[in-house]
Amino acid sequence: MSKPVIEVTDLVKTYGEGEATVHALAGVSLIVERGEYVAIMGSSGSGKSTLMHILGCLDGPTSGRYRLDGVDVSDLNDQQLALVRNRRIGFVFQAFNLIPRTSALANVELPLAYAGMKAGPRRERAMAALEMVDLGNRADHDPNQLSGGQQQRVAVARALVSEPALLLADEPTGNLDSKSTADMLSVLDRINREGRTIVLITHEDEVAAHARRIIRLMDGQVVSDTRKAPRYAAEVPSWA
Amino acid sequence: MGLTEIFKFALRGVAANKLRSGLTMLGILIGVAAVILLVAVGNGSRVAVEQSLQNLGTNTLTVTSGRQIRSSTYSTELTLSIVDALKDRNAAPDVKSVSPIVQSQQTLTVGDTDHTTPVIGTTTDYLGASNSKVAQGEAFTADDYAKAGRVLVIGATTASELFGADDPIGRPVSVGGQIFTVIGVLEKKGSTGFNDPDDTALAPLTSVQKALTGYGPVNAITIVAVDADSVTAAQAEVTAILNTKMHVTSTTNTPYQIRSAAQLLATRTETAQTFTTLLGAVAGISLLVGGIGITNIMMVTVTERTREIGIRKALGAPRRVILTQFLLEATLLSLVGGVLGVIGAFIGANFQITGITPVIVPSSVGLALGVSIAIGLFFGSYPASRAAGLRPIDALRYE
Repeated sequence: MSKPVIEVTDLVKTYGEGEATVHALAGVSLIVERGEYVAIMGSSGSGKSTLMHILGCLDGPTSGRYRLDGVDVSDLNDQQLALVRNRRIGFVFQAFNLIPRTSALANVELPLAYAGMKAGPRRERAMAALEMVDLGNRADHDPNQLSGGQQQRVAVARALVSEPALLLADEPTGNLDSKSTADMLSVLDRINREGRTIVLITHEDEVAAHARRIIRLMDGQVVSDTRKAPRYAAEVPSWA
Repeated sequence: MGLTEIFKFALRGVAANKLRSGLTMLGILIGVAAVILLVAVGNGSRVAVEQSLQNLGTNTLTVTSGRQIRSSTYSTELTLSIVDALKDRNAAPDVKSVSPIVQSQQTLTVGDTDHTTPVIGTTTDYLGASNSKVAQGEAFTADDYAKAGRVLVIGATTASELFGADDPIGRPVSVGGQIFTVIGVLEKKGSTGFNDPDDTALAPLTSVQKALTGYGPVNAITIVAVDADSVTAAQAEVTAILNTKMHVTSTTNTPYQIRSAAQLLATRTETAQTFTTLLGAVAGISLLVGGIGITNIMMVTVTERTREIGIRKALGAPRRVILTQFLLEATLLSLVGGVLGVIGAFIGANFQITGITPVIVPSSVGLALGVSIAIGLFFGSYPASRAAGLRPIDALRYE
């Protein structure tokens, strides 16, 4: 059995000091195996975004351990973390976060450029990723010439172009209409069928319905963890 | 990631917001151009003064009468007999020519046009002594001098003021009510920036005294030494003759002043240098203000892109790559703006500014360019390094 993609143990994250201390995460432990499709749900302030940012190595925990693909990321320095974000994680934001005034293709090429790939193959890979999200014909468009749904698909293409082990999506459909939401979900379903691990945050039940495992957070702690028709029955986490 | 690759990123970053990049470059351009041009104007006036004084000739001495000495019972005026004494080859072997000058401000009238100018009554030697040349017509002759002929040689400015584009030769001019005939026009000398040497009129000393001033003492005597090396010797000889003729006993308290063109050059150059320093100070202030402008625009430009830096970090951009990109962008903006500023200054220096032709000082180009680029680089890369040091999530949350 391969190592779990995500293995967090007793993760704590606090903001502020003294009286004003806020415990965003109060001891979260979690294992996500390769190929899983996990939805994290919870009301606002439950700590789901904080958890997501730590999982994406965008933020560090106050205490606790996080192993990504078996590597303890809390031991890594700034440069190594950049490498981890570049190679192992694809991140999709609620606000799309495409680089403005830069074409869709150039946006998708960015992670490959930072990985040091040459311009020729980089272009091919980026083009392939855009075609995967049905935006091959919009490669030259700047973000402001694209609809919200198209921008989010560009963001997904950018997250996947470096073929990361893990796709993290922070409310990817939060800013989309129902049609674009449906498009986005079908893209995610397809990616998951291809074997990619997906962890997403949502508070919409219809989005969560696509996931095969739903984790609910409240006040910085996991309150429920349910699976629908587990694909890998043998991989029930040992702590569950 | 290679440097050329990052350079392409930087180019794309500069091109992505053309208006913002353009304004940043404009700020640097104006700062650099203003400093170079201001210093060039100051320097230009200094060069102009030097040149115009050099036109006077460096072997000339000017004797002017000073204050009267009360204790002396002798005349201390510059009379024509002193002039004759100075012409004595034995007493003053280093003196080439002596030109007495009677100068008075007169109104010249031609038809309905009148113009007030200094009229100089002198001898035929004066043209050579004052480095003047006749461009049109001819100079007055020894014969005119002897007969006190009513002839006038006018400067280029005076000619255009009185006659416009018409040919002034042979035309009568009323000088203080007396009719003179224009026989020549002097070659243009050009402005010194302080007064116009072309606004003048020359006539034989005899006729000026007869018609206008009366037979009093002369205002000044222009003396030309044999060559530049004998100026000091000529000055000593002239001093000796003047002391004898005026019965001067104390050498510290003479009733006359002798100034050489070289001394005049030194004082005028000093004045011009003060002027340049003043303009330099103004330029320094504008460089400071320009620098603050560049600082401001660079800080805003980069701070505004903190979020973009967050996105790049989230995609796995190493700190070094982000820093290099922003440093290159700042370099591009500063360098292009600065070089355009230098080009602008060089173009601007071809035009006269308040009558002064600017002369560019090479060190001011280096200083203006260096300071602007240094400021641009520092304040372009400092906020970028601050943003690149943030955790991605903090940079992303930045509003």
